[in-house]
Amino acid sequence: MLRSKSKKADILEHEWVPKHEVLSPEEAAEVLKELGVKPIQLPWIKASDPIVRAIGARVGEVIKIHRRSHTSGETIVYRYVVVDVE
Amino acid sequence: MSSPMKIKAVKFGILSPDEIRKLSVTTIFSSEVYDNDGLPVDGGAMDRRLGALEPGEKCPVCGNTRENCPGHFAHIELAKPVIHVNFVKHILTYIKTTCRNCGRILLNQEEVQRYLELLSRLEKLDVKPLKRRLVEYVRRKASKTGTCPHCGAKQYRVRFEKPYVFYEDREEAGLVRLNPSDVRKRLEKIIDDDVRLLGGDPRDARPEWMVLTVLIVPPKTVRPSILLETGIRSEDDLTHKLVDIVKINNRLREHVDSGAPNAIIEEEWDLLQYHVATYFDNEIPGIAPAKHRSGKVLKGLAQRLKGKEGRFRGSLSGKRVDFSARTVISPDPNLSINEVGVPIDIAKVLTVPERVTSWNIDELRKFVLNGPDKWPGANYIVRPDGKRIDLRFVDRKAAAESLAPGMIVERHLIDGDIALFNRQPSLHRISVMAHIVRVLPGKTFRLNLLVCPPYNADFDGDEMNLHIPQSSEAIAEARVLMLVEKNMLTPRYGGPIIGGLQDYVSGAYLLTSKSTILTREDVIDLLGVTGYRGPLPEPAILKPRHCWTGKQLISLFLPKDFNYRRRATLGKAAVLACIDEDCPHDSIVIVKKGVLLEGVLDKASIGREEPESMLHWIIKEYGEDAGRKFMDNVYRMFLRYVEKHGLTLSYSHIEVPVEVLVNVKKIIDSKKREALELIDKYRRGELEPKPGRTVEETLEEEITDLLSKRLLDEVAEAITPYFDLRNPVIIMARTGARGNPVNLTQMAALLGQQTVRGKRIVRGYTGRSLPHFKQWDLGPECRGFIEHGFSEGLTPLEVFFHAAGGREGLVDTAVRTSQSGYMQRRLINALQDLRVEYDGSVRMPTGEIVQFIYGEDGVDPMKSDHGRAVNVLRVIEKVIGWRT
Repeated sequence: MLRSKSKKADILEHEWVPKHEVLSPEEAAEVLKELGVKPIQLPWIKASDPIVRAIGARVGEVIKIHRRSHTSGETIVYRYVVVDVE
Repeated sequence: MSSPMKIKAVKFGILSPDEIRKLSVTTIFSSEVYDNDGLPVDGGAMDRRLGALEPGEKCPVCGNTRENCPGHFAHIELAKPVIHVNFVKHILTYIKTTCRNCGRILLNQEEVQRYLELLSRLEKLDVKPLKRRLVEYVRRKASKTGTCPHCGAKQYRVRFEKPYVFYEDREEAGLVRLNPSDVRKRLEKIIDDDVRLLGGDPRDARPEWMVLTVLIVPPKTVRPSILLETGIRSEDDLTHKLVDIVKINNRLREHVDSGAPNAIIEEEWDLLQYHVATYFDNEIPGIAPAKHRSGKVLKGLAQRLKGKEGRFRGSLSGKRVDFSARTVISPDPNLSINEVGVPIDIAKVLTVPERVTSWNIDELRKFVLNGPDKWPGANYIVRPDGKRIDLRFVDRKAAAESLAPGMIVERHLIDGDIALFNRQPSLHRISVMAHIVRVLPGKTFRLNLLVCPPYNADFDGDEMNLHIPQSSEAIAEARVLMLVEKNMLTPRYGGPIIGGLQDYVSGAYLLTSKSTILTREDVIDLLGVTGYRGPLPEPAILKPRHCWTGKQLISLFLPKDFNYRRRATLGKAAVLACIDEDCPHDSIVIVKKGVLLEGVLDKASIGREEPESMLHWIIKEYGEDAGRKFMDNVYRMFLRYVEKHGLTLSYSHIEVPVEVLVNVKKIIDSKKREALELIDKYRRGELEPKPGRTVEETLEEEITDLLSKRLLDEVAEAITPYFDLRNPVIIMARTGARGNPVNLTQMAALLGQQTVRGKRIVRGYTGRSLPHFKQWDLGPECRGFIEHGFSEGLTPLEVFFHAAGGREGLVDTAVRTSQSGYMQRRLINALQDLRVEYDGSVRMPTGEIVQFIYGEDGVDPMKSDHGRAVNVLRVIEKVIGWRT
């Protein structure tokens, strides 16, 4: 796993960073089938996003996020990792 | 049946010179428009071949008359190329990213290959935002390169000067202007693949087409001339502009052909550029707008499309509609909240199409017989073959006779029809609601006072619009979804948005207060207005006469299993608060099994925007219909009771005894002295600044706080004992009907410190607010302290300060509305196409997911309690509330 090299802080440890996990291709396919969408229709996250780097997700993978929510306690959202040209 | 053709996509491109020539029926070369006989000149801006406009005129191109001739394009061959102003940004990026010598993109072949591949992959995937980002990146990278990787030529910086001038910074030779011909030559050299990489489309938008060599001339239908009453022809702005262009174009060509000096040619070229640019857009920043001889600014093509009254917002998305009416509104508490009173005059014009059946034929015959002028009548009959019979001009007896099932009668608006009622600004969905029509005499629309808040309407001259849905679907939809009673709960958090205001609240209080005892006559009068049909309850007092309490009357209308307990607004004041049921102030409302046992009804129980109130629970638990009936009947009784009781306010009600006033003056004086002491301390330099403040700021803040909040609180404390609940001002303030205790202090005692932007009033002259004071006076009077109340009257200086403080509020609202209006427009544009799908997710029309579950919990706030799906406490109260 690729952890942040800077000694300052590990973003995964931060209280306000919700739990992110990379889905396996099978899990991703299941989620997409459930939602009835193509991967591109999910919300995107840049490959250069710090959290994507931190959990080592690659372009084309789907990330599952367990977020705290004001309205429902916990909620699950997905992000599709896309290329960032820079 | 042939299947209709479907539009799969629309693509915009740039017209090429070849295409323009192919479209064109002629070149326009003459600056003459009409000859001496007033006939259009061939090759002029109004050439006959550009389409038939006059009645009886036959188009020489397509042979149609003006009804069918679509109009035809022409063109102007420009003597020298000119830049199309709307494309200057694109031209600049093309020039900056390509070689000035060979025209190739300023990236090496390897990169070009790699990006091209990526680009075609992205195009296949059809993800536009990613493609845009790649192009953006390529552009940035190419524009940074200093020497061409293909031919090795040194690149110079290209400078662009608004609105359409390009320079090249040849370091040794200095700034050199690139004329449109140079620009075009460069653009021509760019190869198709490079165009694609830079975000262009070489098939439909070659870069060199952005520099015009041929100008397309729109058909006459686009720019018709109008015949004035004097018989003089007046041409459209576009025609004027085209004539200008032709004129200068001809002059330029002559000079070029005769080999005139360069300076003259350049000058004329610039003029041509100016005219072509203002023809497209006459509001380009940096150049003077083209004007008529009269000084009126001409309308360019862009001005026709742009803005609120432009083609898009004004003509295409803004539609005028039939079956609508507008007039002044006035109140009528005797209407149901679901109803709207419609003047007879309007009811005779607005119609509803009704299909004739064997069940309604007799009624419709009567309408037809009455005709268009007598209400309730009918204006038209539509026969099954689609022919419309105007009842104004036919024998109506015969028409009624011939009525048969299958025909449609357009009958007048009658009681019970459905109408959409609207008041601008329509900021809300509840700014348009469906009402049931009641046709009434008079000239105004009438509405129940309780529905004013959603429309934000009052009766100081407001006008409202009425629309009559025509199709059965629209009528049904309006009735089911848009009726006022379906919109009593706000979709924001599920609380009631309509409810008692002002006299409703004071009426409810007076009716339900402990001291109200009603005789049989009173009871009959009050129940009469509600339409109550049933036995009178057992009287609360039997001797010497049968008497009832107001609470008994309310109980008649409460559902028999209704339990409710809440503190009344009255109890918010510490002196009137109750700790338990056994309390003289009667400020805990208790309903058990549908009987109002204790407590007065006021804003907290029947008011508007009071969630968890009696009104809210009745609507939520017994349905909208029950809620509506409660408001229609019981609320009417509240009004009847204030009428009977009488509630008025006079000078004597805000008067306090002299000795109290003396006391108040003492308090004011002591506070003023405190303020002066602070100033003294400041002058001596002994004032300690607060953290993060300067000494001056500290002083100002201290004084403001001292003279406004602290002083008013103290004064309020001193005077409130002299006001009690028999005083109408207090009744209104304490029950939440109108006003608050601060207002009372302001009337009875003093207004206190006036502020502008939270600070004492300091602006005006140097060192003082008005010339009546000494310079650099920091005292209370000089900076807007008002020590009189409205009952005493203000001094002239105080009036000035009060006006200054009051103006701030006006300015604030004016600024806020314009800002929030613009913000709302942008939000709506961004969000209008989102929708909640059946799986609870929020998606774009194209299927992209915005939220996986609406609001992350899938709760519809309109049906929730403050965003929660269930309110456990209420459920408990509802079930066992009668026992506690």
